[in-house]
Formats: sequence, structure tokens, C-alpha cells
Amino acid sequence: MKRIIWVLGLAVMTVAALALIATKQQAVQASTQATQAATAEVKIDNFSFGPAALTVAVGTTVTWVNHDDIPHTVVSTEGAFKSKVLDTDEKFSFTFSKAGSYPYFCSIHPKMTGKVVVQ
Amino acid sequence: MPGKKKDEILHDHNHDGIDRRGFLKCMAWAGTGAYCVMSGGVLKSYSLSRLSEMNPAATKGELSFVQISDSHMGFNKPANPDVAGTLKAAVDKINALQTAPEFLLHTGDISHLSKPEEFDTVDQILKGASAKDVFFVPGEHDVLNDDGKQFQERYGKNAKGEGWYSFDKKGVHFIGLVNVLNLKAGGLGTLGHDQLEWMEDDVKHLKNSTPIVVFAHIPLWSVYPEWGWGTEDSAQALAYLKKFGSVTVLNGHIHQTMQKVEGNVTFHTAASTAFPQPQPGKADSPGPMKVPAEQLRSILGITDVSYVQGQHALAVVDSSLA
Repeated sequence: MKRIIWVLGLAVMTVAALALIATKQQAVQASTQATQAATAEVKIDNFSFGPAALTVAVGTTVTWVNHDDIPHTVVSTEGAFKSKVLDTDEKFSFTFSKAGSYPYFCSIHPKMTGKVVVQ
Repeated sequence: MPGKKKDEILHDHNHDGIDRRGFLKCMAWAGTGAYCVMSGGVLKSYSLSRLSEMNPAATKGELSFVQISDSHMGFNKPANPDVAGTLKAAVDKINALQTAPEFLLHTGDISHLSKPEEFDTVDQILKGASAKDVFFVPGEHDVLNDDGKQFQERYGKNAKGEGWYSFDKKGVHFIGLVNVLNLKAGGLGTLGHDQLEWMEDDVKHLKNSTPIVVFAHIPLWSVYPEWGWGTEDSAQALAYLKKFGSVTVLNGHIHQTMQKVEGNVTFHTAASTAFPQPQPGKADSPGPMKVPAEQLRSILGITDVSYVQGQHALAVVDSSLA
């Protein structure tokens, strides 16, 4: 009888522990989702990116908006992303899923450069 | 000709070796316009408003052509909501010239967004010009999204590489260059190895006395690198032209007229037919400059170039659309 109680007790504890782990995993997933939903904006104004250097968390979606009267592009120097040409008020978004440093420039006006640092 | 006046620039290059780095800066800002004659190594520059003082014979030559630039068809912002209208005004100005030009050179930014209909509109308007032949080089606005494929299909069927080419007219050798492709982060305009190699070969067989006209969109001299107004490897291209007695470089891109003479080379940028841009460093950015509507046409324009055979002289005249 004692042995049965002991086994039952162990089972209950195991279930509880598994439930706890599952809950924690859900919490982790929820927090990841929260990060994925994070957004940031870079304004293109007067032939420059603002801010020129932006630091975001992994999973952040960065949106560039062109406020100039002249079209611009947003092109990763290392080929990670490349926008179509953005006319006035047009936008381009990219979600950064890996940590790292992402330098970019406007391929029409290459003096315009910027950087996104993903942590 | 009366004595030297305030806004006239006179410089004697007669005794200059081509290695001489001394140069003369002669800037004709937007709105003023300039008339330049280079003859026997002497460059004279007059403000357009005093053109009437010139001997009209000096403007006549064996060959005359007109440079237009930066039409930006499709642009519709306050700096000029009617770029088709101002291009038509440029064509009217061309058709009113006393001597009809043999052809037109368009130094790029034909379109604003590389849209087929923008190119179509420009082609249609230019059909109204007295000169039927038009030679184009692309601006960065003409090669968006497709690395210049559309541009080359339309205008560069007989061109080499990514769109460069040369041709001869009445003893003058013209070279059209492409410096708006494969631009690198932080850099300026680029000609690239293949084009430079082609150019070296293209001019090798020419006599030193052949007048050379080079045209490209972004200036081939360092106008204002901070705004990207220059070409990384232009020095190499100009080195191939050192043996020639007369070299004229015609560019667009900066939407204002500017001139500089360095050794055997005269550099010239043309006004836009669409909208003006600020003087180097005189604004936060090189974006379109808004001017009162009644002033707009006085700072847009065309460039009329004539060549007098035997004198190795190219006369460059900027006219506003007003």
C-alpha cells in the first residue's frame, strides 16, 4: 500500500513538473512572439537615414519611410535585403530574425548610408 | 572686343603643357547662363546677358548640337508640377535657334522613376525638335529596379557593355559613358574596369588633333563629393584623353550650369529642364529647390554647343527657358 502511494505521489509530482515546464515554454514562446511583434521606423529625409544607426532586438520589423521629393532605395551592403525604389511616402519593411550588424545604403544616392544592429 | 570686364574670364592656355595642374574655375550658376568660346587654347566666358556684345560669327561653326539634361519626366512635386511643359519649352527654344542643331545629346535622368510611360512621353516631346537624332546616356533615375535593362533596350541597341558607345560627327569624336550603375555604398559615380578598358581602346587610334566630346550623367570631375557629385574613377578616363588638344566634358545630374577648365579639358554641367537643385553645400541636401513659379523657367535650360573646324574650338552656350 505504501509503495502504491509512493508511486502515485511520484506520478503527481512528475505531472506537475511537466505542467510547469510546459507553462514555462508557453511563457518563453509568448515572450518571443512579443519580440517578433516589435517594430521600429527609419525616416528618410533630406537625403539621409534617421537614425543612421539603429539597434533592435532579434525579430524586430524595421520600416523605412521616404519623406523626400526624390526616390530612394534601401539596400543591404551584404545582400540581406533590397527594396524596390521608394517614391515619396512609400515604405519598405524587413524583419530581422538573426543577430548581427546590417549596413545598408541607397543604391541611387550611395552617399546615403545607415546601419541596423540586431541583438 | 572691349577690355576685360568684371564677369568675363580670360585665361591663356597657349603655353600650357597638358601636365599642368593649374586650373581655372569659371562657374556660371543657375540663372545666369554662360557663353564660352575656346579657340587656340584661350577660353573666353561671357554671361549670357551680354551675349549681344559678341561677334555673331564666333557662334557659327561646322557643327552645332544641343545638350539637354535631367528631364525627370514623372516628377510632380511643388518644385515643378509640369515637367512635360518645361521640356516642351526646351524644345521650342531649340527650334528657335538660328542654326538648327545637327542632333541632341540627353545627359540622363530622362525619367523620374524609370516607368515606360515616362520614357514614352519624353520620346514624344523630343519628336517635335528640329533635330531628329538624339543620343542618350542614362541617369540613376533611368536604371531603377532593373540595372538599366529597359534603358538599354530603348536607347542603347548599338551600345557596348552596359550602354557606352562612341560616334564621329564632322571630325569630332563623341564618347557616351555610363557612370550610374553598380554604385557602391558611400561612393560616387562609377565607370568600372570594363568601360575604362573599352574607352582606352576606343581613343587609341585617334589623332591627337581630334576634338573629343565626352558626355555622361554624373560629373566626371569632383564638383561636391559630399553630395555624391563626382565619379570615383574619372581620373583614369581623363588620363586616356591627355594626348588630345581639345577635350570637352558634358555632364548633367546637378541641375545647374557650372564650368571648369583644367589643362586641355573643359568641363561643363547643364541645367535641368525639370527643376533646379541648390548650389553645393548651400542647403541641407541636394533635393529639388523650390523657387517662385515666375522664376522657374529662368533657371531651367538647354546648352547649345558649336564646333568650328580648324580652330579646335567648342563654343558652349547656356540658355534659360524663360
